[in-house]
Amino acid sequence: MKARVHVMLKDGVLDPQGDAVRHALGTLGFEGVQAVRQGKVIELDLAAGDRAAAETEVRAMCEKLLANTVIEKYTVEIA
Amino acid sequence: MKAAVITFPGSNCDRDLAVAFERAGAEVARVWHKDAALPAGTDVVAVPGGFSFGDYLRCGAIAARSPVAAAVRAHAERGGYVLGICNGFQVLTEMGLLPGALLRNATLRYVCKALALRVATSDSAFTSGWARGARVTIPIAHHDGNYTIDAEGLARLGAEDRIAFTYVENPNGATADIAGILSANRRVLGMMPHPERMAENPHGGTDGSVLFRSLMGALALA
Repeated sequence: MKARVHVMLKDGVLDPQGDAVRHALGTLGFEGVQAVRQGKVIELDLAAGDRAAAETEVRAMCEKLLANTVIEKYTVEIA
Repeated sequence: MKAAVITFPGSNCDRDLAVAFERAGAEVARVWHKDAALPAGTDVVAVPGGFSFGDYLRCGAIAARSPVAAAVRAHAERGGYVLGICNGFQVLTEMGLLPGALLRNATLRYVCKALALRVATSDSAFTSGWARGARVTIPIAHHDGNYTIDAEGLARLGAEDRIAFTYVENPNGATADIAGILSANRRVLGMMPHPERMAENPHGGTDGSVLFRSLMGALALA
């Protein structure tokens, strides 16, 4: 079973890297990009066969390591 | 005073930190990240600067889950002293021993220079050697030192006099110019500047040595 975790800075936390990307896009002529937020995607291969159990486990991984919930939020997809 | 200086793969200020403690008169033990226990009688744990685990995932994130981190947490929970400098500060926030987080510098630039700080409180074993408001020169060298905390957390730090150092000129976008903070029991200090790099005359100044001497004095009295 595969899981995909998206980690993003929480709304309201300044994202200077996203802002730099927005500036660069403007330089390249892509006008009208009002905001860019940059995050990360983490893909996991899991031995678990049960979807609900896998999601519970990956959420625990997010809370303990994959995301810093002081500044980041996450979503989990099980495929 | 017995100091334990931790080394993670990628730490690079561990030796300098050990020397600064030794010069202040401390007995220093070096501890590897896989060690599950601190040397008996450790008074202060020092978490050095560097790039532990290559800054993979997030700065300090992997180090904060290493075997020695559990021992550091237990030491802190017993009321032991912990000093985290630069990457060490990032590790302590990742462990949850200090509130907030260190984000990428707002300028996106790595900044390496000596700069002026204000000692925001002298009410701690680390800062008792300075007067409140003293201006000191200590270098920074970081890419991710933009201290961030929510409004409620910031209000609490202020109300409890837990902001240890502030930047005179903010180099990284840190909330409220914060360069270093204390835990609620005032025994855990995290700071981005490197006092161990301004601790002997050949460094260009000795302001940083005051921190180590203050700690030494406080522990000698304890």
